[in-house]
Amino acid sequence: MKIVYTDNNATTKVADEVIEEMLPYFGELYGNPSSMHTFGDQVQKKIKQARQRVADFINADPEEIIFTSCGTESDNSAIFSAIRAFPEKKHIITSNVEHPAINNLYKELQKTEGYKVTFVPVDKKGLLDLDLLYNSISEDTAIISLMWANNETGVLFPIEKIAKQANEKHILFHTDAVQAAGKVPIDVKKIGVDMLSLSGHKIHAPKGVGVLYVKKGLKFSPFLVGGHQEDGRRGGTENSVSIIGLGKACELAKENIPIINSKVRELRDYLQAQLLDKIISSSVNGDLEQRLPNTLSIGFDAVEGESILLMLDREGICASSGSACTSGSLEPSHVLMAMEVPFKSAHGSIRFSLSHYNTKEEMDHIVTAMVPVIQKLRAMSPFWKDGKVI
Amino acid sequence: MWEYTDAVKDHFLNPRNVGELEGANAIGEAGSLSCGDALKLFLKVNENERIIDATFMTFGCASAVASSSALTEIIKGMTLDEASKITNGDISDFLGGLPKAKMHCSVMGQNALKKAIADFRGVQIMEKPGQIVCECFDVTDLEIIDAVKKNGLETTEDVTDYLKAGGGCGNCLERIEEVLEAVKAKG
Repeated sequence: MKIVYTDNNATTKVADEVIEEMLPYFGELYGNPSSMHTFGDQVQKKIKQARQRVADFINADPEEIIFTSCGTESDNSAIFSAIRAFPEKKHIITSNVEHPAINNLYKELQKTEGYKVTFVPVDKKGLLDLDLLYNSISEDTAIISLMWANNETGVLFPIEKIAKQANEKHILFHTDAVQAAGKVPIDVKKIGVDMLSLSGHKIHAPKGVGVLYVKKGLKFSPFLVGGHQEDGRRGGTENSVSIIGLGKACELAKENIPIINSKVRELRDYLQAQLLDKIISSSVNGDLEQRLPNTLSIGFDAVEGESILLMLDREGICASSGSACTSGSLEPSHVLMAMEVPFKSAHGSIRFSLSHYNTKEEMDHIVTAMVPVIQKLRAMSPFWKDGKVI
Repeated sequence: MWEYTDAVKDHFLNPRNVGELEGANAIGEAGSLSCGDALKLFLKVNENERIIDATFMTFGCASAVASSSALTEIIKGMTLDEASKITNGDISDFLGGLPKAKMHCSVMGQNALKKAIADFRGVQIMEKPGQIVCECFDVTDLEIIDAVKKNGLETTEDVTDYLKAGGGCGNCLERIEEVLEAVKAKG
């Protein structure tokens, strides 16, 4: 069965060019980049090139790039460094739709370290209440950290605007750009952000590698204390193969941003229009404009997400849902709940997230598959009768 | 992905006895839209109190659909007395087991059946005895104690898996822990 992969916000295909770049370093070029011999040093040189490529991708300087193991490590490193830099400040500002990678850290800090965390709410479109955000800044605020783009809905936060406010008030500002990377251009110098997280596997590099950008001059405390690697800011022998892959992936991602914002956006818009047209009582979650070009979160009334996904799976279609039953928890996604998406469509919300590998034929296949799936599930739903929700 | 048995997959993809039942003389409902799963059970019961037909309508995940389908297959042909002894464990066993986090789907089947039987007999289901512990899913301390004893539950997560209690806002998790500890202390 042909696989139609539209779950790119979960993870992406490793690009062929990336695999090619990495292969020699899996095999004969296995040296330790820290070694005092040419054999290891050739790996060091390749890592240096990767660091430059990542820096170019976000307009940073190479020494501002710290390689980590994943987006979660980058996020955790940023927050821990901030609270160590300002131990007397016990307040953190974030949003109520953040990724668990960082959300659960806040809960932990609240519980065990006595931190006060302001979770700035979003409106029904998933947009941030900026007044409340600015008003919650106090002398006690150690850091403001916000995701750039939401993983579930694709809704974008005005990071540049918020960074400016944070800078004016001399408050550290971190953004989790894991979902934004490769889809919107990132220029750390222009935004004026202090720290920024990236994840390799969301931009066609392998899993197990991430990046934390740390602005030059910023005091940084390592999260993983160990050897001298990463200029003493992150211990542990480098995951050289994946780092080399990430470098290549960043180079490709930079080239592909215009394609994501034209071809992929058109595919997403086409899929959205087709589904809304062919399936009644369906609605898009999140602001239609301030949104990643590749993401569609769409709710279908009176049916449940896991059931939809398992039926789509039989057609070879990979997507994901914000529904409770897929995550092991019982509440629907905290993101959709924060946006006050009604239960009738929140439980039946599906996220399609595209990449430049998708085609129009695949979108047609999804639409063709979705129509009978929703029909079948609605036919057995006690909340659906005579073509509407009851 | 959940590890569903072939029976669960089969009953999800090819559910038996779906739809409203014409001439049903007993209906039982459990769950709600906000909970994320709901079941409406229709029974046709003859003068000898035997279930001659049963159908269902379910909103929910694969295991909710499969549990509902299994329930209708189990109870068809039973007398109401026999059916009233059916437990969530029977539904789960019929399907070759359910993942632990999905046990509440079978509990939903048992609850809808109880309500349908009460509906036929014209009995008002009494206000639940005991104290409400979980407001989100309307679960009492006595229900928790019962589930802990019958299923040998060990942790609050187990209780949530079986009864949903504590799986919503989470405010009652400490209270569940207390109830759990009390049961364990008594042995």
